[in-house]
Formats: sequence, structure tokens, C-alpha cells
Amino acid sequence: MKQKIPLVLCFLFGIVMILTEFSPHAASQATYKEIANWGRVISPFVFVLAVVTLIQTHWNRIQRRTEHWQYSLVVFAGMIAMVAAGVPSGPQHPAFAWLFNNVQVPMDATMFSLLAFFIASAAYRAFRARTFEATLLLVTAVIVMLGNVPVGDLLWPDAASNARQWILDNPNLSARRGIILGVSLGAISQSIRIILGIERSYLGGGD
Amino acid sequence: MIKTTQWIVVYLVLCISVGTAFSQGLIPPSNVTAVDTPNDDGSSITIKWDAAAEDSGISGYQILRQIADGELETIGDLLPAGTTTYADSSIEKGNLYTYIVRAVSEREATVDSEQTAPVKGTGEWFHTGKTALFIVMLLFSATIVWNIYDARSGKEIFVRRIPGLEAVDEAIGRATEMGRSILYVLGLGSIGRVATIASMTILGQVARRTADYETPLRVPCIDPIVLNVVREVVKTSYIDEGHPDAYNEENIFYLTGSQFAYAAGVDGMMVREKPAAIFLQGSFAAESLILAETGNSIGAIQIAGTDSEHQLPFFIAACDYTLIGEELYAATAYLSKDPMFLGSLKGQDWGKMLILGMIVLGVVLEISGINWITTLLQQVN
Repeated sequence: MKQKIPLVLCFLFGIVMILTEFSPHAASQATYKEIANWGRVISPFVFVLAVVTLIQTHWNRIQRRTEHWQYSLVVFAGMIAMVAAGVPSGPQHPAFAWLFNNVQVPMDATMFSLLAFFIASAAYRAFRARTFEATLLLVTAVIVMLGNVPVGDLLWPDAASNARQWILDNPNLSARRGIILGVSLGAISQSIRIILGIERSYLGGGD
Repeated sequence: MIKTTQWIVVYLVLCISVGTAFSQGLIPPSNVTAVDTPNDDGSSITIKWDAAAEDSGISGYQILRQIADGELETIGDLLPAGTTTYADSSIEKGNLYTYIVRAVSEREATVDSEQTAPVKGTGEWFHTGKTALFIVMLLFSATIVWNIYDARSGKEIFVRRIPGLEAVDEAIGRATEMGRSILYVLGLGSIGRVATIASMTILGQVARRTADYETPLRVPCIDPIVLNVVREVVKTSYIDEGHPDAYNEENIFYLTGSQFAYAAGVDGMMVREKPAAIFLQGSFAAESLILAETGNSIGAIQIAGTDSEHQLPFFIAACDYTLIGEELYAATAYLSKDPMFLGSLKGQDWGKMLILGMIVLGVVLEISGINWITTLLQQVN
């Protein structure tokens, strides 16, 4: 019974949501909106669940003095500071806004900026011309990079940017579309397995 | 003085005459019809009329609407010359409406069309523009379902070798030999993402092997719902393999809900704990390379898989093995060898054959000057 009810609900709602895609009738669209709203109702509970889980995890680490437990203290310090600054007066309060703009945003930006260095190191490894495929990748990358910077067209007027555009519009786009088609069919197939109850991993038990 | 007054009078008379002449020359919009807009929820009526000649002097159109027993009212802005349709989306369902299309000249002279027959908006139960899509969906779904149930008869189904999945045992074995943990990252996807569900299914298979080898499996999550489902998935795998005592709930934990904080947290785990094997399976965005490059820097064997095609090049460059697109969805069938899953894979291949056939047929027909497939696809779009 614990598994059957969710499976029946999944089947019913899955079929209804598919049918609403093909029916523009007001009743059908109202059904779609209503079901979507039910989904949104879950969101506030997720936040509660997140906070409870986070506190549980880090509290246990501090209690048991597991390795690197000190980092859990930082989590609590950050959480308490943000809650103290934001909950009484809302997110517009200067203290909350200051913490958000001067702590969280720069930290996010720092992590994002690391991407530039990681791209360089990954590109260095990928472009080493050890095999035919890697050499092809290297040549293609050089053309695309030259087409993207002004010096490319300075060296070969129009040719660099045209070659870059041709690569992006033809071999690159064709490969991407092939992948997208495969992904879409795979996703549909997975969805059918879920609707029919063959795929049950989301129920949290077995396959 | 008298001469000047006479000239002004003559000028005014001329102006009025020319204006009247132009006004009389305006031809009213012809063949004006008002119909219920097809394939909508009944909240719109479409008014159509014939295009006026280029030298008609019409500078625009104004739509006038009359509800049954009501007054004629102007709706919308002045439509530019050349317009031949207007969709009135401000109607009340169930009411009858009649329309007049008023042609307006550059000198703001107007002429009205005949009033249309009364019409009301009605919602359609089926979108006829999506008929082709509906048929293709039914065909594809039926193929998959048929193959799934055909596979239950015990027929052997061939699945091509997928190196990334062949390497799963190797990665787990390596971690076991080195006495290090395995890190499984599900990406940013919520439980609603198909890729996340596919990733959880792979995790279930990985957990079965780690349960047998008693290798620590660490799973940081970005979504609390995913966290709870993942805990159940892993727990079930450990119970099924007969090692419930080896399951440690604390190894599956909520990290954060923020994308880059999650990347920072997972990177920190990689650097501190140095897992021997890292699985990056699910939906990823800009953090994909940050995670994969950090994993690469610690020398872990990395198996990635995502349906986010923009992140695939990063994984291919930084990971040892990458499941490209649909291979992520095929992983469950490949690892479990369950005939039902293998059957759905065969169904997918039939779908691909159908699309390939349509592409070839479309190209041939288009070259021959027959473009019904293109028209059909444009209609679906």
C-alpha cells in the first residue's frame, strides 16, 4: 500500500498533465494550473526541511567532534548572523543587505571566477595534440578562438570570423542537435517508465 | 484686403472638397468575418478582412465591437494599414459579439464595414495544431511500451558497450583497494528533473556495489527532497545486499541550496577527503568544470554524465569517462540488466530510427520541391 498509492497517483497525474498539453480548453488549463500550484505548495516545506537537515547534520558533527568539525561552527555562525539580520526586519534591512552584498555575493563571484582558470587548465589538457581527435579539436579551437577576437579578422579579414561561424553553425550545431534528440527521447522513455511504475527509484526504495 | 479674404474662402472650399472626395473614395473593408479563435480556451474571437489595395488611401483600421443589446465600442489601438486580422482577447466567455472594421484615411476620414454575424468564444478540448505531435507521441510511447513488455518474454537484447558504465566497477574497486571513499554528486537538479531521477537510479546500483565492498559512499545534496529520497534509495540498496549495518545516514547530507556554495562545499570535500572515485551524474550548470577540474587535480577516477549538453565538453575534457546525453538514461538498464529497462532502450532506438527516417524523407522531399513535412513541422511549432 505504501508503494501502490504513490504509483497510482503518479500514473493519474502523469496522464492528466500530458493530456492538458494537448487541450487548450479552460477546464483543462485550470487543471494544469491547479496541479502546478500543488507543486508550488511543497516549496515552503522544503525550506523547513533544509534548515532542519542542515542543523541536524552539523550539530551531530560538532557533538561527535568528527574530522573538520570546526567548519560546522562557521555554518552555524553564518546562519545565525543572517537570520538575526534578516528575520526581524526582512531582507531589505541594511544589515542583511550588507551581509548579502559584501559576503555572499563576493564569495559566489569568487567561485564563478575560478571557472576561468579551470577552463584554461582543462583546455590545455584537452588540446594536447596526442591523437588525431585531439589534434582536430586543437585546430578547431584555434579557429574558433581567432574568430572570436579582433586580431583574427585583422590577420585574415572576414575569413576568421566566417570560419568560426561556419564551425558553430554546421558541425557544432549538428552534433548538439543529435545530443538533444537523444536526450529528449531518453527523457520521454524515462518518463514513460515512471508513469507506468516500472521506474520506482523516486519512491526511495528499489529500482 | 477683400482679395485676401476671397483667396482664403477659395482655399477652404478646395480643402473641404478634396477631403470629401477622398472620404467618398475610401472603400469599406470587405469580407469581414468574425470567428471563434481556433485552438484556444474560448477567450478570443478573430476578426478577418480582405487586404485593401495599396492606393486605397487607408492609413489604418479601428475595430468596433458590440455586445448583444449593448453599444458599439472601440477596442484596441489603431491597427496599421495592411493588417487583415485582429484577435480580440478581451471578450467575456458566453457572450455574443458583433464587429465592425473601420477604415481610417490619412486625413482621418472613416468608412465602416458591414457588421459581422454574432459570434461567441468557445474553448476547444483538443488542439488540432498539435495532432501530428500527438500521433508521434502515441506512436513513440506505444513502441516503448510494446518493447518493454516484449522484453519480459525473455528475449536477449543487445546493448552496445558504454565505456563509462563499464568503468563503474573499476572505479569502486579502486576506491576499495585504496581504502578511500566514493563521492557521488547529483548536480543541481530537483526531484522534478528526469536527469536527477536517472542519477538516483544509477546511485542505487553504485550503492549495491559499495555495500558489498563496504566502501564509504558520500553524497552531498543541494535539494532537501532529493536528500530524503537518496537516503531511502541507498538504504534500500544496502538492505537488499544484506549489509544494512554498513549504511551510514550521515554520509548522505544536505550541503546548501546555493549553486556556487554547493560547488565550494563539494570542492572542499574533494580536497580534504581525497575520494578515489567521483561520480558526477545529473543536471549541471556552470559549476560542472569547477567540480570536474578539482576532482581531476586530486587524481580521482571520474565518471560524469549529464543531459545538459552545454556542460558535456567540460566533462569530456576533465573526466575519465562521460555518459553523453541519453547514455545517462540508459545507465539503469545497462547496470541492472533488467529486461523491462532494456526493452525501453530498444523502444528509444525505434524512436531514433523514426526521426532519422523523417529527416531523410524530409530532405529528399524538400529537394524534390515537396515541402509538406516542413509545413507539418512548422505547424507543430
